[in-house]
Amino acid sequence: MTQPQVPIPEPDEASRPFFDGAAEGRLMLMRCVQCGTWRLPSRQHCDACLSDRYTWEAASGRGTVRTFGIMHQRYHPAFPVPYNVTIVELEEGPRLPTNLVGVANDEIRIGMPVEVVFERHEEVTLPRFRPIAHYDE
Amino acid sequence: MPHPLRGTAAITGLGMTPMGRIYRSTSELAAEAVAKAIQDAGLKKDDIDGLLINAGITGTTGGGLTLGLQNYLGLKNLRLLNHMNAAGSTAAQMVQYATMAIHAGMATHVLCVFADAPLKEGTSAGAAYGGAARNPQRPRGMAGLYAAAGYFGANTPYALAARRHMALYGTKQDHLGIIAVGQRRWATMNPLAQMREPITLEDYHASRWIIEPLHLLDCCLVSNGAVAVIVSPADLAKDMPQPPVYVHGMGQGHPGDSGRAGSNWETETGARLAAETAYRMAGLGPGDITQCQIYDCYTYTVLVTLEDYGFCKKGEGGPFVEDGKLGPGGSLPTNTGGGELSAYYMWGMTPLSEAVIQGRGHGGERQAKNDVILVTGNGGNLSYHACLILSPHPS
Repeated sequence: MTQPQVPIPEPDEASRPFFDGAAEGRLMLMRCVQCGTWRLPSRQHCDACLSDRYTWEAASGRGTVRTFGIMHQRYHPAFPVPYNVTIVELEEGPRLPTNLVGVANDEIRIGMPVEVVFERHEEVTLPRFRPIAHYDE
Repeated sequence: MPHPLRGTAAITGLGMTPMGRIYRSTSELAAEAVAKAIQDAGLKKDDIDGLLINAGITGTTGGGLTLGLQNYLGLKNLRLLNHMNAAGSTAAQMVQYATMAIHAGMATHVLCVFADAPLKEGTSAGAAYGGAARNPQRPRGMAGLYAAAGYFGANTPYALAARRHMALYGTKQDHLGIIAVGQRRWATMNPLAQMREPITLEDYHASRWIIEPLHLLDCCLVSNGAVAVIVSPADLAKDMPQPPVYVHGMGQGHPGDSGRAGSNWETETGARLAAETAYRMAGLGPGDITQCQIYDCYTYTVLVTLEDYGFCKKGEGGPFVEDGKLGPGGSLPTNTGGGELSAYYMWGMTPLSEAVIQGRGHGGERQAKNDVILVTGNGGNLSYHACLILSPHPS
């Protein structure tokens, strides 16, 4: 029996550098040339200063758990319940929805330091996060 | 000097359909509520010269109210017409815009209508709201990261927000449960309520998890139905059939969410800004409020909203509600009809309709002290917020 596939995003033109980067093991974000604010793709304007000049830069891949929930409702066969739904705040500032791996649901804590790992699917690579094992402040 | 808008308009008509699994179109539901509201206000259809429309979730998923409602209702004298959507804050906003339009001489009797019919025969309430998530098309672009993480449904962001409040301030599961239990006690006294069986704190904890930290009993109902209210000038309202419910204050707050460090959307809502404006207009503060009708899509929404209105300090919402003060017999009667958790889910019309019933003194055995009623509405993951301060007293 094949494992049901998670709903895999289809990269569009605007988000392609993010997904191409993930496939190469890098977490690519947009960064405003005018004010330096990082943002998740894909939006053409910086919401801090409204400049539309930006670069793509690799983020450190480190962050902390902003908040999380443990899902018990069965929405999709690819997600056996219970599973964590987590918002990670990257060191660069942007927050993204993800799942933590390598940690039991009851061990997840807000503020926990995490780092990106890349989960390869047939067509797209997805960023997931795991706790940083030996994290030095 | 009093605020120039304070007390200039009043709610003079209220019409409601039965709520729940009522399988009619949103136009049919709206027409039933409108007919009742016009009759309630002692008006004729041609007296209505303002129409503000709010479609519920069906405005997005299909079958929702459109501007076409005007012709369905046969309204021919409109000087004011719009289709509004700021999620759960819309109902309070409609009354705000009606009040401003009346004061400005743009219209006289403004009809504000909400209808929704997400429930279909043979489908669950959860499927009605989370349906699209169950079989998502392959999502395009970055928005697809949500589905790829199993981040589905409206329950998820509220669970994430509640979790953060718990972690920052020590808010307990019991605090959320006490809100659910108190509101169900109110609902037992509301013949319009969908859920009238009393529940205990043990029942709350035993109800299934939806997404931790939210149990089933933390989440609002899903309802088909419609609510219509009529806003009229205060000087006409005093001679109309129903006891007028005057608008003393109103405000909005929309802090947004940047999606990055610095945003505290989970625990600091638009209510704070809205409260400042509304208290200033009404010339009062939280200590003057005698009852609250708080938008309660989730138990947590009530707790965080009470903080932002200054009933207690930020982070102290849990201990504040712990003694049951929101329930029947408590010192701050809140959601006296059972709210969205136990009565019916008509977006911002749930708190507004109960406020009109209470403001008129028509609450029966659930009637609470109604001198100053706070009505709130929020939506968009706590991002959009609007409020009214209502009173049976003209000034």
